[in-house]
Amino acid sequence: MPMQATRLPAAGRPKIDIRGAAKRFGKMVALEGVDLELRENSFTCLLGPSGCGKSTLLNMIAGFAEPSAGQVLVDGRPVQGPSADRGVVFQEYALFPWRTALDNVAFGPMLKGRSKSEQQAIARRYLSLVGLAGHEQKYPGNLSGGMKQRVAIARALANDPSVLLMDEPFGALDAQTRETLQEELLRIWEQDRKTVVFVTHSISEAIFLADRIVVMATRPGAVKQVFDVEIPRPRERSDPEFVRLEREIKLLVRAEVQKLGVI
Amino acid sequence: MSATTLPAIATAAERPPSPWPQRLANAGMRCLAILIFIGIWSVVSLGNQYLWKFFNPVLLPTPIDVVRAGIDAVQTGELQANIIASMKRVIQGFGIAAIAGVVVGLAVGTWKPLEKLVEPMIELLRPIPPLAFLPMMVLWFGIGEMSKIAFIAYAAFFPVFTTTVEGIKYVDPVLVRAASSLGASRADLFRYVVLPAALPSIITGLRLGFGLSFFVIVAAEFIAADSGLGYMINDARTFFMVSQMLLGAVVIGLIGFVVNILLRSLEAWLLRWRVATRG
Repeated sequence: MPMQATRLPAAGRPKIDIRGAAKRFGKMVALEGVDLELRENSFTCLLGPSGCGKSTLLNMIAGFAEPSAGQVLVDGRPVQGPSADRGVVFQEYALFPWRTALDNVAFGPMLKGRSKSEQQAIARRYLSLVGLAGHEQKYPGNLSGGMKQRVAIARALANDPSVLLMDEPFGALDAQTRETLQEELLRIWEQDRKTVVFVTHSISEAIFLADRIVVMATRPGAVKQVFDVEIPRPRERSDPEFVRLEREIKLLVRAEVQKLGVI
Repeated sequence: MSATTLPAIATAAERPPSPWPQRLANAGMRCLAILIFIGIWSVVSLGNQYLWKFFNPVLLPTPIDVVRAGIDAVQTGELQANIIASMKRVIQGFGIAAIAGVVVGLAVGTWKPLEKLVEPMIELLRPIPPLAFLPMMVLWFGIGEMSKIAFIAYAAFFPVFTTTVEGIKYVDPVLVRAASSLGASRADLFRYVVLPAALPSIITGLRLGFGLSFFVIVAAEFIAADSGLGYMINDARTFFMVSQMLLGAVVIGLIGFVVNILLRSLEAWLLRWRVATRG
């Protein structure tokens, strides 16, 4: 089927290919030419202090923003607007408050024209995947922050996208919930592989999750250094290699924060 | 009717139920407030009639006189006929305003060029009290039903229109992004995100518009009508039947009260997700 040919990347071709992508808002340079190649089914963290353009880069992959120069290619084709094949999870959850948890997750399948019973079955499956079986009929207003983000992850996954973009998804959660969700995200990703791009400003979160960490520079936003994390999963935060890498990245990030002056 | 009561029970079950004695006390306080009001009214009118003769007793009948006037008016069938006449006008006029206000509001709220064109016109017309146009409406549409319906429609249009536009403007952009990343087309965004997000504010506009319809129908019936509650009040004035004038006012108050309760429970049902957010 020709459909499959487009979905499966040619051998050696990166899933997401960013070529000299830059973003300017008027005179302000938000992001200077970025070159990055992300393998299919890899887990990449974009790491840096606020103002480094990491969300801008994510938004360009999502199709919410267009690069002012350069190109963002997914499966070899330039990104043109948002698509159901690139799921997005937002820090502010972005659940539809008038839909129950189940109907939020069923949203993507509904848009694809699946039958009502199929929509429900898919939504139930993904809700139980994120540990929310039994909460199907609750409205987002009745869920805790961690539960809302679980629904949001289930909603993105229920569309079966090949790319999952996450913009500081655990940034608003408390430390305990955050670590639990990190572990669960890895568990889900190992079962159901996607190309994940995860924006964070937490160094330990990045080392815990990623195959590859892209440390970003500020003023202007750019790629500063790329780390490949080789520590086998599940990773221990007290592992000597973990601690060493954390210290190394911390020094890099600190230098970038200092460029911003008083914050 | 059963459709509106069932979910109300479901949401009430999720909130911590307020204890019975407290609810009873609340209802008791409300009744007491109304009784005090009627009491003051009775004391002033009766006292004036028999004790101190401060003003002509005809000017302020007792509550009993008003009830008696009510019974008379019901027996002749006059009251029912007037209520029906006013309600017919309100429903038709408000119906036109609701449809026009929501449709134009949605169009203006979603299409920028139209907003630039329409907004200044609306802003120019809005500060003019609708009553200023009443004599003209009578000239244009005659003294029949048409002028009253048009007048109500005109007056009620503004709150419905403005709140619809506001509701659309304040749709959370991150919800729009979320939906489009799930594959929503422009039409899907409108139907599944913009419309439900704007619904609370549209409903508020409809409620305000309905209140305003009642407000203006009485004035319209003062000027040119041969039926309706406004006509009843004005007609009673010509014959100096003060209890009947008060009866008209009381009936309008009661209808407004009942309609508001109905609209609020409809609102609570349509926006049950928002009740859940508070609870």
